[in-house]
Amino acid sequence: MKYLDSFEVVKLVEELCIEANIRLPEDVEYGLVKAKEHEQSLYGQAVLDDLLQNVEIARKEKMPLCQDCGMTVVFVDWGQEVLLVGKSLQESVDEGVRRAYLGSYLRRSVVSDPLYDRKNTGDNTPAVVHLRFVEGSEVKITVVPKGMGSENASALAMLSPGEGEEGVIDFVKDVVARKGQNACPPLVVGVGIGGNFESAPILAKRALLRPIGCRNADERYAGLEEKMLRHVNELGLGPGGYGGKVTVLDVLAEFMPTHIAGLPVAVNISCNATRHAGGRLKGREL
Amino acid sequence: MKGRKVRTPLEEDIVKDLHVGERVLLSGVIYTARDAAHKRMAETLKRGENPPFDLRGQVIYYAGPAPAPPGVPIGSIGPTTSGRMDRYTPMLLEMGLKGMIGKGRRNPEVIAAIRANGAVYFGATGGAAALLAKRVKASRVIAYEDLGPEAIYELLVEDFPLLVVADSEGNDLYEIGPGQWSSSRGERIGEDR
Repeated sequence: MKYLDSFEVVKLVEELCIEANIRLPEDVEYGLVKAKEHEQSLYGQAVLDDLLQNVEIARKEKMPLCQDCGMTVVFVDWGQEVLLVGKSLQESVDEGVRRAYLGSYLRRSVVSDPLYDRKNTGDNTPAVVHLRFVEGSEVKITVVPKGMGSENASALAMLSPGEGEEGVIDFVKDVVARKGQNACPPLVVGVGIGGNFESAPILAKRALLRPIGCRNADERYAGLEEKMLRHVNELGLGPGGYGGKVTVLDVLAEFMPTHIAGLPVAVNISCNATRHAGGRLKGREL
Repeated sequence: MKGRKVRTPLEEDIVKDLHVGERVLLSGVIYTARDAAHKRMAETLKRGENPPFDLRGQVIYYAGPAPAPPGVPIGSIGPTTSGRMDRYTPMLLEMGLKGMIGKGRRNPEVIAAIRANGAVYFGATGGAAALLAKRVKASRVIAYEDLGPEAIYELLVEDFPLLVVADSEGNDLYEIGPGQWSSSRGERIGEDR
């Protein structure tokens, strides 16, 4: 048996929130560079120039890449041999978020009541925490600041199994066609296939953590990703949505078992600032 | 970026001469307002009271900035999705608002109101928030301070880089732009409301 003091979780979450908001992951930056080489639309090229300059300014001046520093989504893979001592996991994560957003000039964008008061909580808490217990004595934390402009463009469909691959591709394409221009293209599209009504969207969000350009390990799903990428880019929405060849940098799909009667498909749209940062903590000897 | 230099407040003849696809470098005073500020302004107008600033000839930027670190006028400030403001926009245009800065599609009612009132909708690059902050020279909150990032900020901008995405003739770049790059646009479904 090992342990971790909850304060270590606080500190790591704080660091990761700051890093994720300020530094675009290398794979996404590389995706923007490749897009610039590939894009032929002048409007599209101008948008990509702006975005690449923005990455540079944000990193150099430690400014958030986007004013929407998101709702903070935190994926935690907790080694089951580790005991958390002190505050609860949710409280520890929230304290890390609070310190980062208040201390590092990140925008606080969370309201306490969705429908009536809509009063800002003032510190960007609570975070959305997705916890998995895993083997071992290590804790892996990934922070994903997720802006609402792209969340608002996301969707879930409960397809019939008979709709098959074509149904999945059509749905993904539809979602991007409807609202892709609002979500700061070039986009990264996460697709979660299978599970049920609540697990498919989490799977889609998890898909966004995979480096872009890196294909699903299952050949069939890797092929599906390629097809979806091609079909979605054929929409011609382009960078900024002004028209162009590069509407999405990549489509990343994950799958899981589902029910005999179902084919859930969740599409989680992410923007040109697809941000995430991860780190690890090792359990200490008791 | 190159572009036509335009100053606020916007004059009618200049707005009429701005066309979809044209690059603009905007200088002068503009005002931020997003969801909550629009809701309050609409309630104010419905009560027959004056909005927090005279809308005539002015430009609203759909944006909520990140907090400013010490010594700089503003934090990162890119555009938010304009479509959420569509329900309030025709009323503001009728009150004399001449320009809007944002990102994303507007509904047909807004495009029609832009045309009817001789206004313009500019696109700023969504996601380029740190870059855009560099073009803001001064800022102060003039209304709804309790809304935090959703307060109305008066910004002094210099050569703020924009693209005309909907013009006073009713043209809409989001509608016509993708056409030549698309091999399957016919299947596009519905309007984004």
